[in-house]
Amino acid sequence: MGNIGGGLVFLVFALVTVFSAYLVISSRNIIHSALFLILTFIGVAALYAMLDADFLAMVQLLVYAGAISIMVVFGVMLTLRGGPENSNGDTRNAIGGAIAALLTFVVLGMVIFTNSAWLTTGTGISGGSTVSDVSWLLLTKYVVPFEVAAVLLLVAMVGAIILAKGVDDSK
Amino acid sequence: MVDNFGAIGIILIFAILFPIVMLAIPKMVAPRKPGKEKETTYECGMETRGETWIQFKTNYFLYALVFVAFDVETIFLYPWAVQFRKLGTFAFVEMFIFIAILLVGFWYAWKEGALEWK
Repeated sequence: MGNIGGGLVFLVFALVTVFSAYLVISSRNIIHSALFLILTFIGVAALYAMLDADFLAMVQLLVYAGAISIMVVFGVMLTLRGGPENSNGDTRNAIGGAIAALLTFVVLGMVIFTNSAWLTTGTGISGGSTVSDVSWLLLTKYVVPFEVAAVLLLVAMVGAIILAKGVDDSK
Repeated sequence: MVDNFGAIGIILIFAILFPIVMLAIPKMVAPRKPGKEKETTYECGMETRGETWIQFKTNYFLYALVFVAFDVETIFLYPWAVQFRKLGTFAFVEMFIFIAILLVGFWYAWKEGALEWK
């Protein structure tokens, strides 16, 4: 850890992430943009894994590379009219976007480098990975929020079905 | 941590290299004789009609939404499955309650015909 190999792996995944993120906005074909977005999510997941946040990496893969990208692809498929050529039009607000991105970086950098408290990783409670810590807390101390999350998911699922299918008035 | 992911890294390298090699071999070995009939779009032997890129029916969005709900459920199952042996009976019962609550959603989706492919 912290050797040249680790740095090389980080460099590879950082380059993949940044380059695919650039291709998301520069691709003419919006389907390609969506696919590169998935690659960006996977690259970010790899960076999380390198930061010892293995649970977060798993969530990133499942939720972003799995669920969110499915939503994006469906959104594209549902709204796309005609062929995919030139479906991702010109970016007109390049200068404004550059300024906004720069300001975001400046603010994030200020927050990160002026608060040194959370730069160091905390020590886990179970001595294992973050997955075991999360499972330990989730199923012992925070059991009630855990079950509430199940109810929340249930409501979300039923709500999604009602939204997509409409309420059946015949009954 | 990087060392722990070494095995995944090796699989990743193979997963990237293997398709490239598999695609490169036919390119080099197979004879190429393109013809007009060969280059038409294959669609179960029928003549293709209309545009390839058509708008999806909005009904299919339902499958995406239900998938996302079950996907998020998997996130809660994952840490439990990893630490299954250490957590003991209480966690086992807890997880069954969790799954039972979500089975209600599954039952509702089934009842509403959300899982039927039309």
